[in-house]
Amino acid sequence: MLRKLTGALTAPIIAGAVAIIASSIALVISGNSPVTAFREMWMTIDSTESVVVIINSAVPFYVAGVAVAIGFQMNLFNIGANGQYQLGALFAAAAGAAVSLPAPLHVAFVLLVAVVVAGLWAAIAGLLKVYRNVNEVISTIMLNYVAVGLSAFLVSEYFRNNDVKLVAETKKLPASAQLPALNRLLEVFGLNLGDGVVLQGFLPIAIVLGIGYYLLLYRARFGFELRLSGLNPAAATTAGVKPRAMILKTIVLSGCIAGLIGMSDLLADPQYHKYGDQFPKTLGFTGLALALLGRNHPGGIAAAAIVWATIERATQRLSLIGIPQEIGTILQGSFLLAAVIVYEVVRRRNNEQTAREASRAVHGPPPDPGLSSANAAGALP
Amino acid sequence: MTAAVVNPSSTPSSTSGPLSMRLLRMMDGRTTLIVAGLGVLIVSLARVISGDNDLTSSGTFGVALRTAMPIAMAGLAGLYAERSGTVNIGLEGMMIMGTIFAGWWGWYFNPWMALLGGLVGGMLGGLLHALATVTFGVNHIVSGFAINILAPGIARFMGNELFSQEEGGSITNSPGNKGDIGRFTMPFTSGGDLFGWKTPDPLGWIEKKQWFVLSDISGLLRGLTAALTLDIIIAVGLVILSWYVLWRTPFGLRLRSAGEKPSATDSLGVSVARIRYEAMALSGAMAGFGGAIMVLFSNRYQEGQTGGRGFLGLATLILGNWRPGGMLGGAGLFGYASGITLRTTPENLVRGLILAAAMALVVSAFWALLNKKYVVAGIVLAIGLVGIYSYAVFEKPNNQFVYIFPYIVVLVVVSARNQSLRPPAAEGIPYFKGQQG
Repeated sequence: MLRKLTGALTAPIIAGAVAIIASSIALVISGNSPVTAFREMWMTIDSTESVVVIINSAVPFYVAGVAVAIGFQMNLFNIGANGQYQLGALFAAAAGAAVSLPAPLHVAFVLLVAVVVAGLWAAIAGLLKVYRNVNEVISTIMLNYVAVGLSAFLVSEYFRNNDVKLVAETKKLPASAQLPALNRLLEVFGLNLGDGVVLQGFLPIAIVLGIGYYLLLYRARFGFELRLSGLNPAAATTAGVKPRAMILKTIVLSGCIAGLIGMSDLLADPQYHKYGDQFPKTLGFTGLALALLGRNHPGGIAAAAIVWATIERATQRLSLIGIPQEIGTILQGSFLLAAVIVYEVVRRRNNEQTAREASRAVHGPPPDPGLSSANAAGALP
Repeated sequence: MTAAVVNPSSTPSSTSGPLSMRLLRMMDGRTTLIVAGLGVLIVSLARVISGDNDLTSSGTFGVALRTAMPIAMAGLAGLYAERSGTVNIGLEGMMIMGTIFAGWWGWYFNPWMALLGGLVGGMLGGLLHALATVTFGVNHIVSGFAINILAPGIARFMGNELFSQEEGGSITNSPGNKGDIGRFTMPFTSGGDLFGWKTPDPLGWIEKKQWFVLSDISGLLRGLTAALTLDIIIAVGLVILSWYVLWRTPFGLRLRSAGEKPSATDSLGVSVARIRYEAMALSGAMAGFGGAIMVLFSNRYQEGQTGGRGFLGLATLILGNWRPGGMLGGAGLFGYASGITLRTTPENLVRGLILAAAMALVVSAFWALLNKKYVVAGIVLAIGLVGIYSYAVFEKPNNQFVYIFPYIVVLVVVSARNQSLRPPAAEGIPYFKGQQG
């Protein structure tokens, strides 16, 4: 267990070091001191308020990561999470403001609309892949742009709140469809966050989602078949998994969960409670990055979401001391790129080691190390 | 297999398959021309019906060319990458790298240096992608995606460092380029100057007559020959040059073979890794050049000005079946669709375009019917009829229709044409020296 954990942590630590070095170089080139920058970053996040802010923004990140990771588990690249969650959020916001229901039901209704709309939108890519063999990377990229245009059209022509003249946005959700803050709950446990600091109410749903994802993927038959289809499609087919149905189910499931990405902001963030120009637009892309960083594992994605949100929070006040806060995006980007490279290198090394061990077990010690590594790479039969 | 390596574009014999497929094969190289001809016919019909002559004016086609070339350069970038076996989702990021460098050098030096800056910036992105995919064998989509996240961050950081303190500049835009790159008009056809003498402009004359088809073709030709900025001419030249390099030189043959069967390339003593690095450098440079064209068009770097054109370029590449001609046709179509929104009466033009697109869909539906693809024919016909209905109903169409038009076209065409599309065989598969496959 411990060995497994250290193994899992080595790669992110190396990647983090690379990211810190890369951003330090960028800072030095631009005439700033990396030491000052990182000290300021630490001071920014070292407060209760910052921790709450980080958790609040990590929640939608996490949902996005999980949505994308389901596709990744069977080698499906759902680049379309962006479009899926935006259409879902738009319809959910419009439908939620149009009906009146008692509080818990109202929230459930909004969630259901978002999940169904996003799932249906994802189904287009699934059907195109299953019946027309269209690569899902291409179709979901295209569907993203269509979704962006479509939601801008719908919000300005049909779902618009006519009381607001200047911007196109939906009506605000009534109080019964808003998720309350968790501050009261924390006070029961003796934690007082203080004024102006709000722990948003979507966190429990995200935790339940993470547990559900773990149980479904790692403890249920469906999840096993899904991961098997990703690791070895031929073996899955032999074992009786229908590949087309599996692809369609996975894409739709990924889309349904993508529908929840916007729900934290819509239901629980006092700043929104409606869909409009200001609504976050690129959480799906963040989800892709987090699923890659977290290696599709629920715990890994959670850690990645917190790292991502921490970088965003930490760099927020840099510009006050004259350091460009854009260093945060460079930190994130180089961390991601370094991480995927290190993961790949580690994976290849492990594969080679396994092959070497297996070959030693079968043939005894190899006569020549050069030959054995060639063997491991598959050059010789 | 050997045949595929020597000539991956070779088509099967033209004696089998349904009639329309046979026709399509016979005119293989000329398909683009024929589709373009049909397109002009449909668009001129739409012009007559909708009554807006700007739909096929030389001014509209000129703008269409300007908006098409960045997409075409992204497509060309994708062509180099994918023909050598590397999937390049990072095109958008490389274009962004091109725009920030072009905005920087264009402001610091001059527009010519902006073009060079675009090449350099894009190439850096391309080499980064090559490092991850070729040297370390990272999944191509993952690496390209990471570059798409990294590049806007770098651009924003550089924008803040370079422009935010300058007069007229800010973190999101450069102060503006120093000077203009110059224009060229073809003499004798479009009224260009020749040694200070203003030559006649016959195409402009025919265009003004508003004859059916004839004036539309003149508008098209004049749009492609009058008042061209030099960067656009260079871009068109790069497409032609790239075709020559890829299909007529030993380097091109090696590059394409690395994308078809890398182990065969390797066995002949050609380094696949080196070829793929070179291809990615060229790919990034082309994408960056596309970004530089956009910087010259708006005369400054603006954050987010690429607006997904990298992805559109990738789409045109697929539409064009990984061939430069088809890719150029797709870019022209998208350039036209987005170009008309920049004209003075965009609503009318958008209506005309909706009508033209709807008619094109109806024609394609008959084509599919001829192929006995009844389901496809039904779907395409339905979309076409919805288009004609919206032409009749919406007096003032929403600009979003134009925005989503290219993407719908890609989805429809890719799903309808899927069987006849042929990507490079070894695309997206990491290759290490000595490996089989």
